[in-house]
Amino acid sequence: MDFTFTEDQLLFCDNVKKFLHNEVTADSIRASWETATGRSDALWQKFVELGLTAMLVPEQFGGLGMNELDFILLAQTCGEVALPEPLVETALVATPLLAALAGHDSRCASLLEKIAAGERKVAVGHAVNHLVSDAHIADYLLLPSGNQIHLVPKEQVKLTAQPGVDPSRRLFSVDWKVSDETCITNGAEGVGLLAATLNRGALGVAAQLLGLAEAMVKQTVKYTTDRHQFGKPIGSNQALKHHMANCAVKTEFAKPVLYRAAYTVSRRPLHADFAVSHAKVSAGEAALLAAKNSIQSHGAMGYTWECDLHIWMKRAWALDKYWGHSGFHKNRLHQWLMNPNAKIGADKTFGEQVA
Amino acid sequence: MDLNYTPEQIAFRREVRQWLATNVPARPLQSFDTAEGFEQHRQWEKTLAKGNWGMVTWPKEYGGRGCNLIEWLIFEEEYYRAQAPLRVNQNGIFLLGPTLMEYGTPEQKARFISKMASGEEMWAQGWSEPGAGSDLAAIRSKAIRDGDEYVINGQKVWSTRAVFADWVFCIFRTDPASEKHNGLSFIFVPLDAPGVTVRPIPQLNGLPGFAEIFFDDVRVPVFNRLGDEGQGWHIAMSTAGFERGLMLRSPARFQETAKRLVALYREHANDILDLSIEDAVVKAFMDAEAYALSIYQTASRLMNGGKIGAESSVNKIFWSELDQQMHETALNILATRAELLPHAPAAGDVGNWLDGFLFAQSGPIYAGTNEIQRNIIAERLLGMPRK
Ligand SMILES: Cc1cc2nc3c(=O)[nH]c(=O)nc-3n(C[C@H](O)[C@H](O)[C@H](O)COP(=O)(O)OP(=O)(O)OC[C@H]3O[C@@H](n4cnc5c(N)ncnc54)[C@H](O)[C@@H]3O)c2cc1C
Repeated sequence: MDFTFTEDQLLFCDNVKKFLHNEVTADSIRASWETATGRSDALWQKFVELGLTAMLVPEQFGGLGMNELDFILLAQTCGEVALPEPLVETALVATPLLAALAGHDSRCASLLEKIAAGERKVAVGHAVNHLVSDAHIADYLLLPSGNQIHLVPKEQVKLTAQPGVDPSRRLFSVDWKVSDETCITNGAEGVGLLAATLNRGALGVAAQLLGLAEAMVKQTVKYTTDRHQFGKPIGSNQALKHHMANCAVKTEFAKPVLYRAAYTVSRRPLHADFAVSHAKVSAGEAALLAAKNSIQSHGAMGYTWECDLHIWMKRAWALDKYWGHSGFHKNRLHQWLMNPNAKIGADKTFGEQVA
Repeated sequence: MDLNYTPEQIAFRREVRQWLATNVPARPLQSFDTAEGFEQHRQWEKTLAKGNWGMVTWPKEYGGRGCNLIEWLIFEEEYYRAQAPLRVNQNGIFLLGPTLMEYGTPEQKARFISKMASGEEMWAQGWSEPGAGSDLAAIRSKAIRDGDEYVINGQKVWSTRAVFADWVFCIFRTDPASEKHNGLSFIFVPLDAPGVTVRPIPQLNGLPGFAEIFFDDVRVPVFNRLGDEGQGWHIAMSTAGFERGLMLRSPARFQETAKRLVALYREHANDILDLSIEDAVVKAFMDAEAYALSIYQTASRLMNGGKIGAESSVNKIFWSELDQQMHETALNILATRAELLPHAPAAGDVGNWLDGFLFAQSGPIYAGTNEIQRNIIAERLLGMPRK
């Protein structure tokens, strides 16, 4: 039993973290709002050079063959910088789905290689989301239809933009026709892959929510240190200290839950529902609290468009409801827990391990 | 105690209901944080004024109806029930109005109240400064007496709707040597006066709901000062009492939001998976009722000669947190669609819950932050030690 990340994992994340913090700033995000796509292909190519799009692509398809645990800290960092680009959905959701089929489907195999190499982009739809994010920059869309998953080229879909509260997000409804040619999986396999995709999506969002929460707290700690009222930093007031401390408690107790979820998705994917839902609900609560207490601690400044805080708050409000809103995941927890055979108890934190 | 409306009050309710039924615009107006929407709302204020419904509690000679607070509550209940437009001049009629009634000279009342009531002049509040938010007494903008005029220099910030308003009521330091609560005066400034610059500040929804106001040797007559020189803080606190405690946010607003929330929940009850959401809906309803009851109690007490005190801080915390909770719940019901703007093609029945949610985030900040209100409750209401 060792519940820590390896030095390699930490080092890799550290390097990428520095890179992301350099490349993705409040200013660069605001600039992206003014562009047609809201996305930077130049930045994407840098991700590709660093191997980020290829992390979970098996080596035989030109990838790095890493796993969810290797990626999870990076996903958190994507939240920390409020990254608009769909790196988490590409690396943690789309490529593992394609990889699961690449062995017997050459379209998936070839696409996988091109994603790893930065030559193609994909977007992922799922019944829990209704809308598809980043569909406008995708060459291919992975779309569900009942038990099937389809790989649909962009030429065969019609997109309608669906503007939302977060100016960084690009959401679309997708009109498309189901055809045999585009179907890449169905039946029991389709059901299994759709379920796995949901868990990966929720895991990625949970990680980003925690990153967002920590970033908001960090900004607020700085703001309340710099801003003075009554002749002292507003952060010296116990009321504000407690606001931030409450956020820290929530976040700290969502992290290990997230890491167990990442581990479970990577090692025991068929038993990951409960761990993922727990992570998604906890991370959502942490992020919503961080948003609420951060704007409150900023005073009127936090209620402006000029203050960067809203970039993070709005992402948190949106992602809390993405890849399964809290009701959906709480319901999964209820179902799992109320089953009389639920494997719970002090000895089963990491599942039943005594034969 | 008698919890029945009198026949006169019931008749009054009928009259209000009837008038609103024939006059409330069929389609919702645009946001009053846009130039167009502001003008639409100004027209609506004029319509209200024509029917003498602008501010029912004011004396008849100022365009009111001389109503008491219970009648005011009845009017507000009907107003929100009819989904009438939000009051674009709320800072004028709900905050400045009552203050003018108490401290204004007959000439000032004649000059300012009538035009406020008629919908001709829209008011903004100019108290906060970059260095004076929670610590409002740190105001540095100065109004220095020069004969029959004041010469004003300085800067105000977060002034709601000042981008489109006509007047701003401010607190300035009239005694440059003074500190803190002393030496402040309550002064009105026309926003088109020479030397006034208004810079719009976009809010969370991108609309310029705030303004920053710069004063550069702005001259206003001494007539524009409310109350005595140096009495500004005292007057401001009485305005703030109304703002937090009573007028600004009448219970009807939250009761109608709770009603819409219940309707939203019923509409979606079949696809709601989170068992706690129904609880939150019930809680929203209970809290909105409790708030209404509390205000009826306060209104009755005031009518029997009582005064509003630190309990206005209690009210402010309660309504602002209730509003947040109701909107959070609505977004949880709307779930995956909650993030969509109302004009998104897939928005369906999201209505204005999202915008309401954004605005609800500011409730615990404006009219004195909830942290400050909690300090006031602890120290002044409960007598806990200050240091
Ligand atoms: C929507 C909106 C509309 C507004 N409209 C107007 C208007 O029309 N006119 C106008 O003049 N102003 C207006 N304001 C400004 C409002 O009055 C101020 O935002 C408020 O007084 C707080 O000041 P601040 O924003 O400078 O925050 P700060 O005073 O900087 O406070 C920031 C944080 O520190 C906390 N804090 C500060 N001091 C203490 C303390 N001693 N103990 C504990 N916590 C403390 C606060 O509670 C808050 O959480 C508006 C604000 C909003 C959000």
